[in-house]
Amino acid sequence: MATKDWPLWEIFVRSKNGLEHRHFGSLHAADAEMALENARDVYTRRNEGVSIWVVESKHITASNPENYGELFEPAQDKVYRHPTFYDLPDEVKHM
Amino acid sequence: MSEEQIMSLEKYFEERIARDEKIEPKDWMPEKYRQTHIRQMSQHAHSEVVGMLPEGNWITRAPSLRRKVALLAKVQDEAGHGLYLYSATETLGVSREELYEQLHTGKAKYSSIFNYPTLTWADIGAIGWLVDGAAIINQVPLCNTSYGPYARAMIRVCKEESFHQRQGYEIMIKLANGTPEQKEMAQDALNRWWWPSLMMLGPTDDKSVHTEQSMKWKLKRKTNDELRQQFIDQTVPQADLIGLKIPDPDLKWNEERGSYDFGGIDWDEFWQVVKGHGPMNKERMKARVGAWERGAWVRDAAMAYAEKKEKRKQAV
Repeated sequence: MATKDWPLWEIFVRSKNGLEHRHFGSLHAADAEMALENARDVYTRRNEGVSIWVVESKHITASNPENYGELFEPAQDKVYRHPTFYDLPDEVKHM
Repeated sequence: MSEEQIMSLEKYFEERIARDEKIEPKDWMPEKYRQTHIRQMSQHAHSEVVGMLPEGNWITRAPSLRRKVALLAKVQDEAGHGLYLYSATETLGVSREELYEQLHTGKAKYSSIFNYPTLTWADIGAIGWLVDGAAIINQVPLCNTSYGPYARAMIRVCKEESFHQRQGYEIMIKLANGTPEQKEMAQDALNRWWWPSLMMLGPTDDKSVHTEQSMKWKLKRKTNDELRQQFIDQTVPQADLIGLKIPDPDLKWNEERGSYDFGGIDWDEFWQVVKGHGPMNKERMKARVGAWERGAWVRDAAMAYAEKKEKRKQAV
């Protein structure tokens, strides 16, 4: 039988309730169940998490750094989206 | 891409690194940067994996349950570190299978320290204390390296590594304060591991071919000689504290430099071991390749089972 390599999975771990799942790294596993089990052993040996998500890497669509400009530059000149853009007298409190 | 375009991309790339910006997997990078990182990161991963072998040798013979659970946890950590580093290396567009292939065919190197045998229980103490100690000195600066996935993997590795060194030193303390035979065993382990540990920090600066480029890319933040001096200066007082003697007749505190002077390192031995003629090179590769080959049916079975389950799910 021709050997088929185990696919790659991306691992997201919630370190404690109240926090979001964060990308921790990746690993190889035959299926989702094994990916969860392996992620437990590889990424949470010291109580680093209370919940794990696994996603097969091929299902992630990522933005291309080459498109950085068109994606993110439009936000750069919109200073009026920040509170500091607005002039208020010093006497105004709680705002 | 024209040569001119590449030149300007390269210039921009070097500027980003100089500004301490991190490089991420999908960013443009010079081919040499990619290749150098694949080489160094995979070498690092291989070292973690092969590094399990000399210690695994003593798990069944650990002198107490306390020592046994600690050693098991340490060896499991080394496997974990290998896995963090392999997956970080894969982000550079090389597959896990290619990386294993390079290790198993001898194309890729691993740290030559693991080509020395672990003859007594004291060797487990000496490895934790000295080999992990030298590794920490090597690795801490890498937490700041320019390639994002490598830096992130190293932060995890460094967090876990300090227990390794402490458990090793604790073994040495116990032996050094034990019976005359135990103390002698600890001294013998120090005698055998001291020089290879110094070699582990790499060839001297004038002989190190990669240092300059690696410093520029922040793959290295201190030179081999600086790291070695740091290791010696911090380790000698630890040996003194437990009454063991560093096996170097030329070792002497230099008041002026605020550092220890030390004797010449046998670099012929180092190159012999690197080239595959160390005491355990063949044994290590045989164990590694054997484990991979004997595990093939397990990997295949897991994949076949996953496919079967998937098909069944789709049929419903």
